[in-house]
Amino acid sequence: MAYSAEKLSEEKVFKDPVHRYVHVRDLAIWDLIGTKEFQRLRRIKQLGTTFLTFHGAEHSRFNHSLGVYEIVRRIIDDVFAGRPEWNDDDRLLTLCAALLHDLGHGPFSHSFEKVFDFDHEEFTRQIILGNTEVNNVLLRVGPDFPKKVAEVIAKTSEKKLVVSMISSQIDADRMDYLQRDAYFTGVSYGQFDMERILRVMRPREDQVVIKKSGMHAVEDYIMSRYQMYWQVYFHPVSRSAEVILTKILHRAKQLFEENYTFKYEPIHFTSIFNEKVTLEDYVKLDESVILYYFQIWQEESDPVLSDLCRRFVNRNLFKFVEFDPAKEYKKLAELGSLFKKAGLDPEYYLVVDSSSDLPYDFYRPGEEEERLPIHLLMQNGELRELSRESEIVDAISGKRRTDHKLYYPADFVLDDSTKKNVKKQIRALLEL
Amino acid sequence: MLNDHAKLMQAVMVSGEIIGRKKLQKMIYIAKKVAFPFQERFQFHFYGPYSEELTLRVEELCNMGFLNEVKEKKGGYFQYRYTLTEPGKEFLSLNEVDMPFLQDCLVDMNEQNARFLELVSTVLYFDNLSKEEVAGKVFTLKASQRYTEAEIDEAYQYIESLKRKIQ
Repeated sequence: MAYSAEKLSEEKVFKDPVHRYVHVRDLAIWDLIGTKEFQRLRRIKQLGTTFLTFHGAEHSRFNHSLGVYEIVRRIIDDVFAGRPEWNDDDRLLTLCAALLHDLGHGPFSHSFEKVFDFDHEEFTRQIILGNTEVNNVLLRVGPDFPKKVAEVIAKTSEKKLVVSMISSQIDADRMDYLQRDAYFTGVSYGQFDMERILRVMRPREDQVVIKKSGMHAVEDYIMSRYQMYWQVYFHPVSRSAEVILTKILHRAKQLFEENYTFKYEPIHFTSIFNEKVTLEDYVKLDESVILYYFQIWQEESDPVLSDLCRRFVNRNLFKFVEFDPAKEYKKLAELGSLFKKAGLDPEYYLVVDSSSDLPYDFYRPGEEEERLPIHLLMQNGELRELSRESEIVDAISGKRRTDHKLYYPADFVLDDSTKKNVKKQIRALLEL
Repeated sequence: MLNDHAKLMQAVMVSGEIIGRKKLQKMIYIAKKVAFPFQERFQFHFYGPYSEELTLRVEELCNMGFLNEVKEKKGGYFQYRYTLTEPGKEFLSLNEVDMPFLQDCLVDMNEQNARFLELVSTVLYFDNLSKEEVAGKVFTLKASQRYTEAEIDEAYQYIESLKRKIQ
């Protein structure tokens, strides 16, 4: 029997707090889960620094990846199977892409990508196509199968329907992370009737569409997404932790470039600092490695690196004030010079951080928005864009909300034992 | 502080005026791929490489009053024109950006049409593939644009000409 069709003699199940059970019957999926590159995802938290705000948010990208796989499996096996628009030859391809879609995420991805100009999607591609255990499993399905999986994840596959199941404005990825992140953070937002949405999904040539009768469940999904972004993902305290984490990485890189002698040689970072990171180096990185360095860097003689690491490890984070870049950029420059006078480098201790989200966007022909909208399947077979039918969705469509905050170390600014007058001026500008 | 915003403002300033969101996206992507340190991350979308972060940053710069966006009706759709405002110039004078050769490259790109830049950026997006495979991608993913082999060759030549400008 072809490997692609081989089933396990007995179904395997993973207990899961969100979906109750994750079911695995395909041998290829079971083998992929067992690879070292997939197991690495256990050591990368789904929400990065959010655990410093919501202490339960310790779940990993491993949990989430299994969850996305399970949602896609249910869509295919319970809803799409047997429908003429669905080609069951794409089943394993879709399941593999769902399972592996986050494979290239590094530790604290967001900060890492910013500082070292990494692209986790490129590493996902490299892991799938390179000399890895994942690649070996995929090759057993067929010589061009790894490439096909990589193309679906990169959204460069011609199989638009398969791509849309994993990446669109209503996809398995979002449906899993909203519910999972709500569960582990303990917030009550993020809840919506996924079972209902799955039941009303229908395959079409280019994308998944939703039967009109499921519109209210989709409205709920969009609203919960909106709430989760502002209540959890953009929480200012988690952002403060991320600001510090980013600055630690910046500082360590800068010191390395200046030939600073670290007490403990940062061997896991060497190729990254030299901008010659290989796939082998990259997959060795996980959050336990990064946190180990943050522990030992607390003892470094460089005062900035050690201070920032102590702040992160002990959760002594920066405080923030609201900031309007358009009106206050001159104030920012003024604050920068005062920080220098007070003995703190503003590059590391005075940071503007911005968050922005667009909860739902409709398609505007000719523009470069490029988001595929959600289409409702009407009773007469016609497709209607969601915001044309739903007043709730119409009210938030295309409306972006942005928020800027200025982060600073309050303990330093409030301590008058040194540079009292300068700090007084800083406090006045920060309106403390 | 706000360095990434400043880089984009610099790009608009040296270009004079950029007409079209698609064109702006492709110009920044190509500049980034060729050598310039823009931080926005791009993914492959309908028209080729597209950055949500770039869209957001441009919108922020317009809200801040540093970029001027003019919306014009053009047949069945809207087109946008971007220029740097006086406050934008003032901000930029306080936050200098050092990107030598940027002007030369962007002015050249600005003289090309959006359709060609879409092809150039798509070719660059698949720069890990052979020329033959890239052509295959262009013909499959960009079927509606009906690019020809000759245009793909031209895109490769154009990329080389940009690279020569910064050497």
